[in-house]
Amino acid sequence: MKLLFKLTGAFTALLSSKSVLAEYTLNMTKGVTDISNDIWGLHMMVFWVCVAIGVVVFGAMFYSIIAHRKSKGAKAAHFHESTTVEFLWTGIPILILIAMAIPASKTLIDIEVLDKADMTIKVTGMQWKWQYDYPEEQISFVSNLAQSSRDVIKGTPEEREAVHKEGGYLREVDKRLVVPVDTTIRFLITSNDVIHNWWVPAFGLKQDANPGFINDAWAKPNEIGTYRGQCAELCGKDHGFMPIVVDVVSKADYAAWVQLQQEEKVAEMESATQVWTEADLVARGEVVYNANCSGCHQKDGKGIPGVFPAMVGSEVTNGPAAYQLNLVINGMGGMPAFKMLSDSDLASVITYERRSFGNNGSVVQPSDVTSAR
Amino acid sequence: MSSTTTAAYDDHGHGPEKGLLRWVKTTNHKDIGTLYMWFAFSMLLIGGALAMGIRAELLQPGLQLFEPQFYNQLTTMHGLIMVFGAIMPAFVGLANWLIPMMVGAPDMALPRMNNWSFWILPFAGAILLSTFFMEGGAPAFGWTFYAPLSTTFAPDSTDFFIFAVHLLGFSSIMGAINIIATVLNMKAPEMRLMDMPLFVWTWLITSFLLIGAMPVLAGAVTMMLTDRNFGTAFFDATGGGDPVMFQHIFWFFGHPEVYIMILPAFGIISHIIPTFARKPLFGYSSMVYATASIAFLSYIVWAHHMFLTGMPVAGELYFMYATMLIAVPTGVKVFNWVATMWKGSMSFETPMLWALAFVFLFTIGGFSGLMLGIAPADIQYHDTYFVVAHFHYVLVTGALWGIIAAVFYWLPKWTGKMYNEPLAKFHFWWALISVNVTFFPQHFLGLAGMPRRIPDYSLQFADFNFISSIGAFSFGLSFLLLTYIVVNCIRNGKPADARPWASAKGLEWTLATPIAYHTFDEPPTRAEILAESQHS
Repeated sequence: MKLLFKLTGAFTALLSSKSVLAEYTLNMTKGVTDISNDIWGLHMMVFWVCVAIGVVVFGAMFYSIIAHRKSKGAKAAHFHESTTVEFLWTGIPILILIAMAIPASKTLIDIEVLDKADMTIKVTGMQWKWQYDYPEEQISFVSNLAQSSRDVIKGTPEEREAVHKEGGYLREVDKRLVVPVDTTIRFLITSNDVIHNWWVPAFGLKQDANPGFINDAWAKPNEIGTYRGQCAELCGKDHGFMPIVVDVVSKADYAAWVQLQQEEKVAEMESATQVWTEADLVARGEVVYNANCSGCHQKDGKGIPGVFPAMVGSEVTNGPAAYQLNLVINGMGGMPAFKMLSDSDLASVITYERRSFGNNGSVVQPSDVTSAR
Repeated sequence: MSSTTTAAYDDHGHGPEKGLLRWVKTTNHKDIGTLYMWFAFSMLLIGGALAMGIRAELLQPGLQLFEPQFYNQLTTMHGLIMVFGAIMPAFVGLANWLIPMMVGAPDMALPRMNNWSFWILPFAGAILLSTFFMEGGAPAFGWTFYAPLSTTFAPDSTDFFIFAVHLLGFSSIMGAINIIATVLNMKAPEMRLMDMPLFVWTWLITSFLLIGAMPVLAGAVTMMLTDRNFGTAFFDATGGGDPVMFQHIFWFFGHPEVYIMILPAFGIISHIIPTFARKPLFGYSSMVYATASIAFLSYIVWAHHMFLTGMPVAGELYFMYATMLIAVPTGVKVFNWVATMWKGSMSFETPMLWALAFVFLFTIGGFSGLMLGIAPADIQYHDTYFVVAHFHYVLVTGALWGIIAAVFYWLPKWTGKMYNEPLAKFHFWWALISVNVTFFPQHFLGLAGMPRRIPDYSLQFADFNFISSIGAFSFGLSFLLLTYIVVNCIRNGKPADARPWASAKGLEWTLATPIAYHTFDEPPTRAEILAESQHS
């Protein structure tokens, strides 16, 4: 069997001469939480039960196909009923199912019932990124697909491989979720727009993010490391491009990280009280636009006719700033709210939209955003 | 036989009308069955072409051919067309052709409605396909069209999709009513319920599933329509609604729908295996009871598609237990088929090859289904390629395999001619190998963590996607050969015997070949019915 896979692998490499990474796996891998290992154990148990049943059933079938064939002169018997065997092959499967249901129920209850968590993180899905809030630590940020991956989606295979070696093509973000090891974390999961699903396979944690409702789930990672996943519920155009990367760090490193976040927050609030030049706003706005807006409205600002409006020559980007401020901060219809962005970011991106793409709207300052909130 | 002898002095001129209008105006069950089959086959080719587009984009990492929005349109329309355009109409077509002949009836009970239920389909299909050419493109929210992606965030063409689903629902409900009326009212007076062949039984039960499930789907899309256009908020939390309620309603339809697409195939396989094992069907009555149990259970397991929506743990436990229970009657069916083969005298003509492959591959799909039913494990499988592999094993190598097996088994009766057996066998092995190359590696992809419905993927998934795409292209190509085999049979096939499979039993084989336009003007006698029973 191994040889077969090596052969097909070699064949594949030969044909494509591009995907020579050979990172593939055949089975589910164990994770870094007790729950994920319980799930792995259930998966293997049910798998082997299926293999055993398969050997018996397919064994009988293939024996029959080989031994009871007309070409070998087999004469057909005429039996066609037996209440005894019908009872047997109804009863035995029921017993097997009960034997599987007992550990499955136990694991399910372990997953769903959590008495006390050490900390809480709120996860908000939105088209097509994740927002992470640490309510107790007063930290909040948005995590987007890393620009390095975004740049090579239509690039060459060699470019994608280079990005992949740096962390993972389509599996890297601009800002990672950071959590402490050996800590019970409660995740409160919701959405701003459509249904998403927050999935970190190594945690055995996958939960729908429903707009207007909050689901909870928990994990207690017991190994330091970086764990990757991605959105697991079709959420529109860029569903394939909203990865999740979690850094599990030591408790000391976590405390240092929290400290750093809070310092950065203070600096950010400071910047919003300044008056910015148009050039600074547009430069920063372009970065914010490409990370948050270009998914729908496109990098060139032309949108997608009938689905996502264009920035170019739009009444919004050329009209009064107050209307656009309200639209971007609070959302409208299919347009999500962006109130989680900082005042400086919002002022930058709105100015960028109003002053680029041949538009001629007014400049918006961070203080305008502060008063519009 | 009764049909041929009466035809001699029948002077009503009840032959088919000349010209194309025959097909528009026909109320004949054989004509309508043929129409359904050709419609289903053309939809299969269109849906297959969309699948080729999907696999071409997934051949390599990166975006080469399509934008993500169009890719989502491809997966959505592929699913919708295959489910509502190919598999369901094909089974209704088989029911039209076969059920009246199997129960000794001259036609369907409601022939004019029969015409209407077919002729709705091409229009519904055309409306659905036309969305590709509208501004904003075709529906792109998956065949399960979860709100609010399908309401607030959907393209304008969604309203056309809703109308098409309503029409398809009308057609299915009318088809189901017609089949129930035919089976219960038109079967030969001497035929008792437990004399009926299994294809008739499975379709009778399927009809009740259709009547129960399709109105629920109609309700779901109607609520979508009013949410989109008339300011209601059934699925919008900001107006007091609940997007998860959409999933409950959808899957209350969707799970019975799964069995709508497989129960008739169970019936077909139960005809083919006894014929080529030259032995009566083992456990006929347990087969009937198992089918009825599966149908009943199919109504009470819907939320196993929703283990991750945030259900309370008691709900998850219940839906897990109920789901696991389905393995019992399904297992009984597989065991009965194997027992039918046991100590038979088997030969392996094309229909038998397809039927045996069905038993093997459908069971593999059943195993992955059992794994998916284990709620904690489903956390890791949910919405990955493991699920994609699972439902393609049960729907392609299950439902579609059953349909193709039926086509080869009854084609000599329908056309009066024999297909090219060596070529058909070659085609079988081609399709069998390529379908497994396509879908088996998808199990590995899912377990490695590749979500479904994504146009691009991380590089650790590249190898198996490449293999899967190569398999898919080969599988797609095999359907051109299937088309040739069927067309060649119709045009150049050698005349077939009235009973082309020596050991086949069933009232349909008592009719002369080529088959008369009207059959069973007089019902078969009890002696004929018992002589043609496959289970005694």
